[in-house]
Amino acid sequence: MSVAPGIFVPRLQRRRRIGTAVATMCALLSLIGVLFLGVLLVRIGKEGWESLTPTFLTNFPSVLNPEQAGIKSALWGTLWLTLVTVVVSLPVGVAAAVYLEEFARPGRLRWFIHINISNLAGVPSIVYGILGLAMFVRWLHLGRSVLAGGLTLALLVLPVVIIASREALAGVPKSIRLAAYALGATRWQTVWSHVLPAALPGIMTGVILALSRAIGEAAPLLILGALTYVAFVPSGPMDAFTALPLQIYDWIDRPQPEFHRLAAAGIILLLGILLPMNAVAIGVRAWHQRKKAW
Amino acid sequence: MLSTLGRFKERTIHAALFLSAAVSVATTAGIIWVLVYESAFFFRCDWSLLTEFLTGTEWTPLYAPPHFGVLPLICGTFLIAGGALLMALPIGLATAVFLSEYAPSSVRSVLKPLLEILAGIPTVVYGYFALTFVTPLVLQPLFPNTEVFNAASAALVVGVMIIPTISSLCDDALRAVPRSLREAAYALSATKLEVSTRIVLPAALSGVMAAVLLGLARATGETMAVAIAAGMTPKMTLNPFVSVQTLTGYMVQVSQGDTPAGSIAYQSIFAVGLTLFTITLAINLIAHRVLRGFREAYE
Repeated sequence: MSVAPGIFVPRLQRRRRIGTAVATMCALLSLIGVLFLGVLLVRIGKEGWESLTPTFLTNFPSVLNPEQAGIKSALWGTLWLTLVTVVVSLPVGVAAAVYLEEFARPGRLRWFIHINISNLAGVPSIVYGILGLAMFVRWLHLGRSVLAGGLTLALLVLPVVIIASREALAGVPKSIRLAAYALGATRWQTVWSHVLPAALPGIMTGVILALSRAIGEAAPLLILGALTYVAFVPSGPMDAFTALPLQIYDWIDRPQPEFHRLAAAGIILLLGILLPMNAVAIGVRAWHQRKKAW
Repeated sequence: MLSTLGRFKERTIHAALFLSAAVSVATTAGIIWVLVYESAFFFRCDWSLLTEFLTGTEWTPLYAPPHFGVLPLICGTFLIAGGALLMALPIGLATAVFLSEYAPSSVRSVLKPLLEILAGIPTVVYGYFALTFVTPLVLQPLFPNTEVFNAASAALVVGVMIIPTISSLCDDALRAVPRSLREAAYALSATKLEVSTRIVLPAALSGVMAAVLLGLARATGETMAVAIAAGMTPKMTLNPFVSVQTLTGYMVQVSQGDTPAGSIAYQSIFAVGLTLFTITLAINLIAHRVLRGFREAYE
């Protein structure tokens, strides 16, 4: 069929067919990430399941005897680290978010802190390890202790906590604040009794996601000089420690396949802690979005 | 009226909140100060060291005589980060287009959380997967020359790691394009694909570019997966099937080894850290600048 030049030919059928093909391709490509997740979980489950025995949880690591090796010290180390991290990063992070959203006047200072936080969020975690090594381990003489590790992780997740809390606070409608002011409440009374409770689900989501990131981090702790072989449970914040991802890394780093199976078992345990945490965080957010009163 | 005590309380709280916000500024200042101060100790020994550091093509700090040319580490870093981006960009962008333009909300509400879970898996797990699955069961059967430690397996898992970053930021950018633009195109009888590729994507381009840059910054600073899978041989090569070393991988190697604190080899991790920090900061700053341009466009 010949068509005079300049006349628009719709060729709709062909264009629609190309459209369907591209849409299908996009849908398939978007499944690659999920597919990878599936293969990874199945593979690690298969490799590590047999080593995941009760003694694995109650024994200390052993270099000579992989059959007897356990992850007790790393599990307790991670619990200690998480405790220090949450005690430091939660109040400081939420307070910083409250300052930026509720107290600071818009202006250069607020803008500067804002830019600073979004850049901090992009700093590689290993660089925080260098900061912790110089500041906490050496200058403050905390040594390679739980406290030094926890403080380093707290600084690492602080931007995450602040950004999530700011978003949650910004989502609280202005009318709630105005109503409180109209009844004579001070700024702090308004924030403490009305704005913060309303923003709590969003803050919680952010804090849980931040903690799950801290629990999975190994790089900054390695730089701090945390030990990978520890055969005791820390009894206080000044004790030496190891952590789950560090112990896993140590096992991966050994060439023997027995240790690789131990690493897989450790990963199952680590994911067994992190995946439910993330699910709770995502669930709280979804529930909050549906239940919102405003 | 507030009592004097009440006013004092408000002021104290205000000050405490300000100090909390100031912690983040102090963190940045601390990072920069530590990196510069400790790097100065590294370079102080020898001024020509700075020249060698920036232009040398050999990185052998533990040999005698040591060579401190950082280029092989930068080369390894960008080989892996570039490979990761090459893989994550098409997949992440296609995922974002699918999520924002095509997927029904039921599919969206399943796929988005799954991607978030992918983003929440610790990087040491990706490293294990690269070493025990990707290299022996995927790469070595396909490319028999692949070494046990290689850049390709690291790039592959780092690529998967940054898919969620890229797809979620691109998704935000695509969804921020106003409805009126799409409807105008539909009114001119454009198909859905033409609306997506010729109207929405160009309008969201700066957001997509920012997503790519932030993904690149993340891949550059990625540590554990790279330290496990890529090996410990600093090399100027673009061959992805051999062992290389990245900036982060070197820092891990020195930290876990027996290098005595205070020796020049140990001190070099601060100079390498400063290099890494400068590169990621530059990428992040450009990304935020690009992103701000895109936010202003429709407001």
